[in-house]
Parts: sequence; C-alpha cells; structure tokens
Amino acid sequence: MLQIVFWFHAGVAIAAAVLCITRRSPVASALWLVVTLFATAVMYVLLDAHFIAAIQVLVYSGAIMVLFLFVIMLLNLGDEVATDMKGWFGRGVGLALAVFVGIEVWVVTRALPVDQIRLPAGELDRMTADQGAVRVVAEPLYTDYLIPFELTAVLLVAAIVGSVVLAKRKV
Amino acid sequence: MPSTVSLIWLVVLLPFLGFLANGWLSFFRPDAKRLVSGIGVGVLVASFLVTLIVVSGLAGAAEGAPYIQTLWSWMPSGELQIGLSLQVDQLSAVMLLVVTGVGALIHVFSIGYMRDDDSYPRYFAFLNLFVFFMLLLVLGANFPVLFIGWEGVGLCSYLLIGYWYSEEANASAGKKAFIMNRIGDFGLLIAMFMIYRSTGSLNFVEVFASAPSAFVINGPTITLITLFLFLGCVGKSAQIPLYTWLPDAMAGPTPVSALIHAATMVTAGVYLIARTNVLYAMAPFSGAVVALTGAATALFAATIALKQWDIKKVLAYSTISQLGYMFMAVGMGAYAAGVFHLVTHAFFKALLFLGSGSVIYGLHHAYHQTHNEDDAQDMRNMGGLSRMMPWTTGVMWIATAAIAGAPFLSGFFSKDQILAVAFARGQDATVFYVIWALGAVAALLTAFYMTRLMLYTFHGLNRTGAEELQHLREAPWIMTAPLVVLAVGAFFGGLINLPHVLPGAGGLEHWLEPATEASAQYLAEVHLSAGLEWGLMGLATVIAAAGVFGAWRLLDSDSLVPASEAPEETGIQKILLRKYYVDELYDTYIVRPTAWLSQRVLWRIVDDGVIDGAAVNGLAKVTQFLGWVGTRFQTGNLGTYVILFVVGALWLLSATLR
Amino acid sequence: MLLGPALGVSAILFSIGVLGVLIRRSAIIIFMCVELMFNAVNLTFVALAQQLGPDGQVFVFFVMTVAAAEAAVGFAIIIAIYRHKETLDMQDLNLLRG
Repeated sequence: MLQIVFWFHAGVAIAAAVLCITRRSPVASALWLVVTLFATAVMYVLLDAHFIAAIQVLVYSGAIMVLFLFVIMLLNLGDEVATDMKGWFGRGVGLALAVFVGIEVWVVTRALPVDQIRLPAGELDRMTADQGAVRVVAEPLYTDYLIPFELTAVLLVAAIVGSVVLAKRKV
Repeated sequence: MPSTVSLIWLVVLLPFLGFLANGWLSFFRPDAKRLVSGIGVGVLVASFLVTLIVVSGLAGAAEGAPYIQTLWSWMPSGELQIGLSLQVDQLSAVMLLVVTGVGALIHVFSIGYMRDDDSYPRYFAFLNLFVFFMLLLVLGANFPVLFIGWEGVGLCSYLLIGYWYSEEANASAGKKAFIMNRIGDFGLLIAMFMIYRSTGSLNFVEVFASAPSAFVINGPTITLITLFLFLGCVGKSAQIPLYTWLPDAMAGPTPVSALIHAATMVTAGVYLIARTNVLYAMAPFSGAVVALTGAATALFAATIALKQWDIKKVLAYSTISQLGYMFMAVGMGAYAAGVFHLVTHAFFKALLFLGSGSVIYGLHHAYHQTHNEDDAQDMRNMGGLSRMMPWTTGVMWIATAAIAGAPFLSGFFSKDQILAVAFARGQDATVFYVIWALGAVAALLTAFYMTRLMLYTFHGLNRTGAEELQHLREAPWIMTAPLVVLAVGAFFGGLINLPHVLPGAGGLEHWLEPATEASAQYLAEVHLSAGLEWGLMGLATVIAAAGVFGAWRLLDSDSLVPASEAPEETGIQKILLRKYYVDELYDTYIVRPTAWLSQRVLWRIVDDGVIDGAAVNGLAKVTQFLGWVGTRFQTGNLGTYVILFVVGALWLLSATLR
Repeated sequence: MLLGPALGVSAILFSIGVLGVLIRRSAIIIFMCVELMFNAVNLTFVALAQQLGPDGQVFVFFVMTVAAAEAAVGFAIIIAIYRHKETLDMQDLNLLRG
C-alpha cells in the first residue's frame, strides 16, 4: 500500500516537474511547480517527516509560490507568447548534462555508507509516536543546532533589508 | 689596554667628515678653496695626531693582544655575527702611521699642485674619502669590513684616475683599473666564503685562532684559500698578470699617483698577506707562488721601466717592481721585512712621485705661459732642470739613492733584508736562490733606470726650449716642504729595522712580533752567519753602484732630442718601449674576444633572444594567450556560465565516486 | 523500505531542475528550477533522516529558511533588472562579456 502511494506521488512529482520546465507561460510553470511541491510533501509524510511535510505546504506552496505568482503578475509576464526555450542545440546539451547529473547524483547518494550508523527499523516512527512530530525536529533544533538557528535569524534580517533596498525605486 | 687606544674610531671618522664637508662644498661653494684646503688637510693632520696618541697607547700596553672596538653589529645572521669592528694591533698601527702621515703630507702638496684646478673641492672630497676607506681597510677586524675598505679604495682610485674625465683616455684608464681590480676582488670574495666554510667565522682573531685545527698544513683547502686571497692581492697590488692598470692609472693627478698608486692602496695586498700570515705560513706552496710572482714582477716591471719616456710611467713600473719585492718578502714568510719595505717604499716612492709632480707642475706652467702643447711629462722634453729646481733635484736624488739601494739609506736596508731572507731560504730549497737572483738583477735595473730618470730630467742640456726656460722655476714652498719632510723619512727610514749585525737591530721586526708570532712555528728559522750578511750587504752596495755607474756611463743625455723630433725606436728598445706588447696581447686575446662574445652572443642572442625574447616577452605572451583563452569563457551569457558550472560540478562530484 | 526509491526520485527531480536551468532563458523560470532543485535535495535529506535520525529533518528546516531568504533577495533583484532592462531574458543580460 505504502509503495503504491509513494510511486503514484513520485510519478506525479516528476511529471509535474517536467511540465513545469516546459510550459511557455510562467503562470503555468508556477502552478505545475506547486503540484510538484505538494506531491513531495506527501512523500515526506511517507518518510516519517510529518512536521517537514506541514511546513513544506505552508512555507513553500503557501508563501514562496504565492510570491512567485505575485512577481509574475507584478511584472505582467502572465501572457507571454514568445517562448524563452533555447534552440535544439541548447536543449540537446542541456539534456545530456542533466542526464549525467542525475546519474551521478543517484550513484553518489546510493553509495553512502549508511549501514553502520543506521537506526533500528521504524525507530523514527516510534519517536514520532512517542514525542509528537514537532518535538522530534524541535529538540535538536533548540539544543544541538541552537547557534545556526539563531544565525538564520540574522540571515533573514539581512535578506529583508537587502530585498527592500534592491527593490525600492529610490533609496 | 690604555683608554687612549679607544680613540681609534676618531681616526676613521675624521677623514669621512672631511669628505662630507668637501663634498658639500663642491656642490654649493666650489670657489671656497681656502676653506676646502683647511678642511681637507686639517682632518688628515688631526687624524695623524690621533693616530700618534693611539699608537703610543698601544706601545705602552703591557699585553700584545689586539684591541678590538665593535662600533655596531652589522650582519647578525644566526651563527654568522659580523660587527663593524676596528682592530688595532702592531701591524695596523704601522699602516695607520703610513696612511695618515704620508697621506697628510700628500694632502699638503696637493694644495699647491691642484691650485688652479676648476673642481678643487671635488678633488679633496675624493682624497679624504680615499683615506677613510684606506683606514677602514687597515683597521677592519674582520674580512667583510676589510672588504668594504678594499672596494672603497678601488672606487676612489677609479674616481681619481678619471678625475679629469673630460678626456676619454683618463676615463678609460679609470675603467681599466676598476675592472682589473674586479678580477682580484672575485678571488678575495671566494677566499672569504671558503674561510667562513672552514672556520665558521670571519673575524681575524677567531679565524687565526682556529686555523691550526681547521686546516691541514699544505692541504688543498688552505692552499686554495691563500691562492684566492693572493688573486685579490694581485689585482689590488698590480702584480703579474693584472699589473697593466697601474701604468695607465698615471692619468690621474700626480699627488693621487703618489698617495694611492704608490704609498698606500697598492700596498693593501702586502698588508692583507701580512695580516693573514698564519694562513700563508700553513700553505708553503702558496707562499712560494707569492714569492715567485713577486720576484718575476720585480724583474719584469724593472725591464719595462728602462725604456719609458713618461716620467710618471717610469715611476709606475718602478712601483710595480718594488711591490714585487714586498710580495717576495711576505711570500717567503718574512712579514716584517715586507712591511718594512712597504714603509720605506711609501716614503721614497711618494717622494719620487711628488718630486715628479713638482717637475710637471713647473713645466706645465712654463708651457702654459708660452702656449706650448708639448707633453709636460715626457723626459725628452726636460733636461737640465737642476739649475731651476734645486730643492726638487736634491730631494729626488735622496729618493733615488734610497730606492737604488745606496748604503745606509732606507731602501738599502729594506731591500737587503728581503734578499738576505731569500738567500737564507735558498739553503733549504733551490727555488729561493732563483728568487734571490731575480731580485738582485731587478735591484741592478732599479739603480739603472732611476739614474736614467735623474740624468734625463735634471742634468745635461735643457730641451724645453729657450722661451719656456724663462718661465721655469721652483714650485712654491707648500709643495717643497712636504718633499723635504719625506726626504728625511726616505733618508732615515731604514733605522726602524736595522739588520741583525748592526747595533739596535730589528726594531720593526720586534714590534710586529705579536701580529706575526702565530705563524712563526710553521716557518723554518732564517739563519745567516754575520759574515754572509755583511757579504750580502756589500754585494747590494756593489749592485747599486754598478747600476748608477752603468747608467751614468752608458747614457748620454746630451744626445736626446725633444719628443716631437725623436726618431722611431727599433729592436729590443721598441719592445721595451711598448711594454712587451702585453696590453696589445690582452686586447687581442681577452678584451676583444670578451667584447665580441658580449656583443654578438650575450647581447644579441642570450639577452635579446633568450632572456628578453623567450623568457620575459615569451612569458608575457604566454600569459596574454592564457588570458585570451580565459576571456573566451567570459561570454557574459548566463547560459554559458551555467553549462560550465554544471560541468565543473559534475567533475567535482565524479571525484567522490568510487 | 522507501530509501532507494526516494533517492532515485530525488535524483530525477534534481536533474529536471538542472535541465530547466540549462534550457530556459527567462530569469523567473530559472528561479523556479532552482527551487525545484532545493526540493530534490530536501527529499534526499528526509529520506536519509528516516534511517539516520531527525538531524536531516533539521537540516531541511535550514534549507527552507535559506530558500526563503534567497527567494526574497532574488525577487528583489529580478524586479530591479526588469525595471532597468524591461526584459528578463538572460541572453540579453551580457554585461560581463570579456
């Protein structure tokens, strides 16, 4: 059952991603990207990452993608007719490179030495059941990763200030 | 050591201050001749007085160890600690007295001689600078400080030979001296490196103390070191084969010839060997090379002097010949005899040069009055000057008698001691008999050519021309006074080191003992019976008399004609006049090939082609090409960058694949 | 046991993102493709976190934060470019040509 659900959503994610990069209209691309993100969120759930799945939907699909659409609308790119796709040669080179990248990434990630440090089967599932989905993530975040966590606050402030400065007409 | 010896820094500093002051004046007050002479001579006299105080302090000291004053640390580098240190010992004291004493007299003489020169302050600035470097040379407590002095006097020699640089011959004579000295300096540098490698120090005291343990007697290392040192001496002291610069150096003002190219700088090589006597005593082979070179030079230069017409050239070859005697002495381990001859030679040769300067000065002025363009240094244009220049003639005769070896004058004793040592050493090895014979023949020739010089210059008929004769007169007192002082020195200088058979003998030898005693253990005892010593002295007298008498009988100064009317020389006389064609030989076989090599190969091919073309420009071209290749990737197009980025990422990622 | 399939899917999604960056010229689409690649990487983290502990999930959290910041700055730049050039076609933005 689990396998069927996973493969179904994997198919949806891949198909939507392909559609996303081939659509002529930016709006269509953005919406297909949203589909990919939703399908990925389902895969997160299947991989016992409930909290991450939730913020994937909230932050990515909710916030960032709205930002995308907002910018597209703002710049009035929605009804673009001429394609921005490269020519046949560019597409061929891109495809070849992308295939190589995919193969290499796959090979590299498959080769990771996970066996020695692997948790007992179903451990994360049990932890989620015991502690709740949020605590599993929150506990390391506020203990082991406290300093990086605080630093992200600085990063976000810098990003806010930077984007305001860049986007303003006159400083 | 008495505290007066610590004043030694003042001796060195004073001439340097004089140089600074006169150098300043030469730019801003070139006409202040009185001030310049006051400073230039004043610092020398002051320096001489301080030297007297220092030397009397040294003489009063109980212990014989050298006094070393480190002014500052110069090159501290790990184990190599080189300070700017001055060393006062018995040997440097002798040199100090000669340099400052004779130097001061020559400075005084220069006031008169250079009176009408346009760049008078420059002359005195250079002269003071020379004395400064010479003092540094003889006072240096280690090889590098000695080397500064060594190079500095070379520089001043160059500057003063080319003093009248507007004439090309003078400028190229300066260059010749400088370049020939470079060859010798190369040897000195190599020797310094080898000494440091062997003993781990460059300070004289430490090097000589560790020499017995660091070197094997007559071993290859010590022989090489001493031979390289000798190469330096050969260049500086104008010995075969690097002597040809010294006759050309006569292009400089005559007092310069007296100070630098007769009394002080050219004797630096003798001083260096006397200073490193321990090393030479441990390398008998090198010692023999030094002595043989000296003897050969003494004879060779004396033969050339026989036929020179330029009065200063005669004296220049005479200087080379006398330096040969000194090397003969130090090569045989008779360091005291070598230094003794150095001192007496400083007196009589300075006197001879200054006397000739007085003659040239007089003749030059006479020519100036009558607008004559003849050569004021050619003896064929002189003759019979004794009537006009009685003082000069008198002191010149004293100096001639001294150098020729007239009994009981300074040169007699110093030359006799050298020949006596050679004769005594001959009992051990036959080669020293050869050296003795060469020296004896050279002594005969010396008496001959000096008498010739006197006869042609001061006696016989006058050849200057009737009109010029009206203007010829004795030089002013400021020039003759130093001559008289030097004549006293040339007359009585022998008293400082009388031979063993006379009462009060061996003064200088005894004085120098602390500086040379370390080498005594390696040298065979020189022993001559009193009879033999008397016999040799008698023989020397006979030789000198034969030379003088021979010249007087054989030469007929009345038959000479002025230089402009002189016929072409022939046969052996021409060979001697042209100095055995050594300059031409060097020019053909060394200078021209070197120039050809430099111009055709080193310049056109190596420098232009390889270094500039291939290396410098080639490298620039390669860099430019690589830069051009780099710019091909800078399309400014994001797509290209992304593709390159992905390729790079793929490549990096593939490194993690197993 | 979904680790292997998840890693495979993540590799495919990532290479689709790369492909998009390579073949599209519009800045805003390229931007979306970058987000797609982020997402693929996140999937890898999550898949491995199931086996190795929740640290991977924490990292996904950070990636999302950085992605948000990057999106904010990126859009600001895009707006600035558009205002200046009246286009988002990357072929026309070649001021860096050497």
